[in-house]
This record gives sequence, structure tokens and C-alpha cells, in this order.
Amino acid sequence: MPAVIFVLLMIIFPVAYTLYLSLHEWSGSAIRPPQWVGLDNYVELLTRDQRFWDSVVRTFQFTIAAVAIELVLGLGVALLINGRFLGQGIVRTLILLPMVATPVAIAMAWLLMFEPTVGLFNGILRSLNLPPQLWLGSKDQALPSLILVDVWQWMPMMALILLAGLSTLPEEPYEAARVDGANGWQRFIYLTLPLLVPTMVTAVLLRSIDALKTFDIIYTMTRGGPGFATETINIYAYVESFEYFRLGSASSLLVVFFAIVLGISLIFVQIRRRWGIH
Amino acid sequence: MAEIIENDQLSRAQAARQTETASQLRTRRTVLAALRYLAILIVVFILVFPFAWMLLSSFKNQIDITTNRNLLQFTPTLQNYHNVFQQQNYLQYLFNSFLVALASTVLSLVLGLPAAYGIARFHANWLGVVLLTARIIPGITFLVPWYIIFGRLGLLGSYWALILSHMLVGLPFIAWVMIPFFESLPHELEESARIDGATHFGAFFRIALPLAVPGIITASIMAFIFSWNNFMFSLVLAGDDTRTLPIAIFNFLSYSSVDWGGLMAAAVVITLPVLVMTLFVQRYIVAGLTAGATKG
Repeated sequence: MPAVIFVLLMIIFPVAYTLYLSLHEWSGSAIRPPQWVGLDNYVELLTRDQRFWDSVVRTFQFTIAAVAIELVLGLGVALLINGRFLGQGIVRTLILLPMVATPVAIAMAWLLMFEPTVGLFNGILRSLNLPPQLWLGSKDQALPSLILVDVWQWMPMMALILLAGLSTLPEEPYEAARVDGANGWQRFIYLTLPLLVPTMVTAVLLRSIDALKTFDIIYTMTRGGPGFATETINIYAYVESFEYFRLGSASSLLVVFFAIVLGISLIFVQIRRRWGIH
Repeated sequence: MAEIIENDQLSRAQAARQTETASQLRTRRTVLAALRYLAILIVVFILVFPFAWMLLSSFKNQIDITTNRNLLQFTPTLQNYHNVFQQQNYLQYLFNSFLVALASTVLSLVLGLPAAYGIARFHANWLGVVLLTARIIPGITFLVPWYIIFGRLGLLGSYWALILSHMLVGLPFIAWVMIPFFESLPHELEESARIDGATHFGAFFRIALPLAVPGIITASIMAFIFSWNNFMFSLVLAGDDTRTLPIAIFNFLSYSSVDWGGLMAAAVVITLPVLVMTLFVQRYIVAGLTAGATKG
């Protein structure tokens, strides 16, 4: 099958080649072939590379904050638009837009809104007589600003998955609860939330994997800056590979990155098993 | 007599109280419904606002953008669009984006559909595992080897490099959507076709494929959008002539960070096709985005 050839050439071979390169030192030069260095790249990366560890911390800060906020807001929005209302079709179409729109274009629009002198946010702050902020230009605000963009972009995804989950909930427990006189809040806490846990775990898994790998909005909006303030693992790997051309150490970084993503996926799969979901 | 009057008064009072609570309940419901609509409106406003901002700014000249005084009071100009298409060669980039997205989607379907069918029917599980792992592996892992391989083959900067790399997203996605789809089709249909003398290929083309059309539409739309939006692969692999729109916009930013109007016009040009598509095929996009999530 041609698909097998594609998989071998475009997926398996590159992964194997990355593993091979991670044990070598090479700058991509045709004259000077890769030099075998054993596990040196890994040792260097894991024990001496502070920039790497900082990027790991940032990646987790970004992912955990973004996904947590998306889960809470997404649940709210899912409950809000669950059930019939006038204009439901158009609302359900409009909430798709942030997810399907080209990330680079979205990044440009947000870049203009964050812009300190001509941007919208500082315009609002000024009209409220509040001090303008640097947003993406500030080491402290850059990462939260990017998290805001990610939340805007992907909260609808959470809402969409949870909405699908809500529509599959059984009716009987709700009728029983109503007979027992449970109010809306109690029904939400004791029925909807527990019943929705499997869907939430799945949604958080999917979002987390994507959030860990976020590249487009970070690279186009800050390029990992100011300084290294928004440099996640993915950005660092890109810079190592295609700006410094340290292909050996970049490859070891990529292997570690993959291990992290895989590890997190497996943890979630375990959680799902524990909950008896398949 | 007095008793009866008393009773009558009592029941009247009761009735009054009941209608009162009923009307209270009704007001409460109306208020709640109004609040719900208000909340929905706020959510939609926040989600749509950046697009509106992008569109508005694309019709503003530099002075209107930088003075930042009036959100809506400005003289609309098409100058930004004129610049984007006349000076920046955007027709070429638009064409590149379409070509790469279309070709990678079609090729992903040609390879992915039989593969998904094979995995679903003949349990070629290793292939399935590899394809699904490809969805988890950070895309950048592939970029270094591809960069070297395409460089060796002299394909760096060619359409082929872009098409093949974008297929890495499209093909696993198609498999991800189509494997459960093919699994859910009843075996008996193809078996009876086989008994009637159809080959495996015949059963696939005549029976399974036509039944899978809704899934195929979903998968193709998503594969197209993924390719259209792709930034990282194109950033490394595209050449000057094969540059796709996301890269063109990114370069626009690096060269002229002051021309906000032009930048927004470029952003509108790239966003519009996807948004229009979404309005028409909303149902399929919802299915595509939640594929795999709802099955648990």
C-alpha cells in the first residue's frame, strides 16, 4: 500500500533519524559529517541547560493555565448554549470561528490589539484613566497575554466537546432528582458534573496535547521574547534547529519533548482507564 | 353562612397567592431567559470581536489606525488591499496556498482512505498506531530530518516538500476520522458483495466508500483547513516562489511592522476563505473538530 511507503518515509524514518542525530553533533554541514558523541547531548541538556528547564516550566505554565481556564469557561459556555434557543444555529457557527481561522492571521489581529501605543487594550485603559501596559513587550505580561489568546482561540473547542457530552447524558437521573426536589444547582453539582467527568478528561487530554505543542501564535507574536520570557520547549527546539543549526542537541531536545508529550498522554489514558472509560 | 363566606374568602386569597407565585415564576423565567441571552451575546461578541477588529482596521489608513481615537468613524479605504495584491504579490501566495492545500488533501485521501479501510477491516493495527502517534508527536520533530532529506533531494522550497509535509497532518487526521467510520459499517454488505464475486478493491470502492461519504467530507474539509492554516512546516520548507499565505503574512510583519492596515488586509485575505467555508459546512466542521473526543 502506498500509505505504508508514506508512513515509512515521512514518519518512521524521520523519527529514527532524529534519534540517530540526537547521539551526534552536527551543524548540517555537508563537508563535516555528524560526529558521534553518545549521550552527551542528553547529559548537557538535562544537567546543564538552564534555558531548556526554563522553557519546560514555561510550557507547563502555559498549558496548565490555558487548559484550566478553557475547561471552566468552556463548561460555562456549553451549559449556556445547551438546549434550544432562538438563533442557536448562528451562535453555534460563530463559536467555531476562532478554532478554524488561520492562527497567524489571528495572531496579527491580537498583535494590533495588544500594541502599546496604537492598540485597543491600552486605548481602553487610557479612557478609564488607568496606566497603559506593555502587554507582549513586558517579561511579566507576555506569557499571560499569550494564554489569553489561546483561551480565546480554544475555549470554544472545550465548549464544543462538552456540549456533545451534555447531549449524551441520560435523562432518568434528572427526573429522579426533580422528584426528590433537587434544585438546579444541586442537579449540576451531583449529576451533571460527575456524569461529565469522562468527557472532561478526554477534552482536557486533547487540549493539553495541543497546548503543549503551541507554536504558531507564540512564534508569530513574540518569537519567544522578550528575552526568553515566552520561550516554550517548541520555540526553543525551533530556534536550536533553524536559527543556530545545532542539529544534534536540537534532536535530543526533540526526543525529550516527545517523551514529555507521550508521558502526559499516557497519564491521561491511565486516568481514563481508572474511570472505566474506553 | 359565615363559614361559607370565610371559606370563599380563604380560597380566593389562596388563588390570589397562587396566581401571584405563578406570575412571579413567569417573571423569574423571563428574567433568567433574558440573562441567558445577554450572556450568550457577550460570549459571541468576545469571540467575534477580533475578526471585526481585523476587518475594520483593514479598511483604515495608517493615520486612522495610529490616532486610535474613533473605533468606527473613519473614511474607509481599499488602499491596503491594493497594496497587498499589487505590491506584495499576494495572488501568487493565494494560489500557492490553494494548490498545496488541495493537493495535500487529495493525496491524503488517496492514501488515507484505503489505509483506514485496511486498518478497520484487516486489523493492520501497527499502521493505525503509527498514524495515531503521528498526531501526538510534536510536528517539529519531523522538520529537521525533512529539511535534510528534502535538501539532499533538491526539493527544498518546492511544492512537493510543502504538499508532503502537510500530508503529515492530513493523512493521520483522515485515518483518525475514517477508521471508526469504516468499523461502524456492517460487515455483511461487503461480504455479500464478495460472494457476488467482487474483489476486496471492488467491495471497497463500490460498497464501503459510497457509504462513507459523510465521513469523507468531514475529513477532507478538516485536512484542507489544517493545510491552509499550517505555519510551521511551510516556514521551514517553503521557498520564495512557493510561499503560502501564513508565511507571506509573517514576513510582511518582519519587514514592515508599522503597516498595520496592510497587515490586517493580508490577515483578512487568508481568513476569509476559511470563515466562508465554515458558514456553509458548519455541521461537518463540528463533526471533524470533535472527532474522537465524543467516542471516548
